[in-house]
Amino acid sequence: MYLARVTGRVVATTAYEGLSGVPLQWIQPLDEDGAAMGEQLVACTAIDSGPGDLVHFVDGREAALALEETFVPVDVTIIGYVEQAAVGGRDLAEGSA
Amino acid sequence: MFLADVVGTVVSPVQIPILDAKKLLVLRPVTPTGERTAKTRIGIDTIGAGTGDRVLVIDEGNSSRQILGAPDAPVKTLIVGFVDSVELGGETVYDSSAGQS
Amino acid sequence: MLIGKIVGSVVSTQKDEKLVDRKLLVVQIHDHKNAPKDQYVVAVDSVGAGAGDMVLYASGSSARQTTLTDGRPCDAVVMAIVDSWDVGGDNVYEKWNEG
Repeated sequence: MYLARVTGRVVATTAYEGLSGVPLQWIQPLDEDGAAMGEQLVACTAIDSGPGDLVHFVDGREAALALEETFVPVDVTIIGYVEQAAVGGRDLAEGSA
Repeated sequence: MFLADVVGTVVSPVQIPILDAKKLLVLRPVTPTGERTAKTRIGIDTIGAGTGDRVLVIDEGNSSRQILGAPDAPVKTLIVGFVDSVELGGETVYDSSAGQS
Repeated sequence: MLIGKIVGSVVSTQKDEKLVDRKLLVVQIHDHKNAPKDQYVVAVDSVGAGAGDMVLYASGSSARQTTLTDGRPCDAVVMAIVDSWDVGGDNVYEKWNEG
């Protein structure tokens, strides 16, 4: 499970059965300093997240288990909205990374 | 499993139900000698850990679901123990009682 | 998931029998700014995608979570055809604007 910032949205009307209506969003994984960690990924979201939000996500097969339909080919899913992430006296949720 | 330092806390008021009332912590994976390594993780606390603690982390779904007793939970990263000391090649490279961090 | 463009397909007459009748697509990975990378992956199609389509693919054991790939030796599956996306408030890709 990792921290990330939602950076955008993806529209895909043709998707594997069971994934219609599941929002797809670009996320930038972040390290403990709030700096970009690796490449941006496309995630499904299991919560009501949107661009600009700080979130946490799960990868691998577990990503599918977070969705309503769990037998789906999904490897990244946002599972929580982060209101505050306090690291070294700093809140990573404040301002943009 | 790997070693990590707890470096922060996460407040997540909106998340999947299985995580409700679970404490989430920011984890810095470290080598046995304490150098930063690998990607920053968010872990579910099961032992009452806090910032500054060196902990043992499991980052695999089946093991985590076993520990939480939740067979379908989308979880992977769990803090499962406090690290008291680490020995490397016969030498103690970390000892929590010695006040290292 | 990662985004990529379908730039080709693979024909393989001698392959594991569990892969018979599976369409194998060559996907060139693009980043969030739509810049193509020098990285390619061969993925099984699950949505009827074809050459030129911008697609999303899933990797690892997640790729086996379709009726076409369940229990089969597959580690990448095309699971959506992308219509458009935006990043940082800017519209980056629009299917209908592509040549």
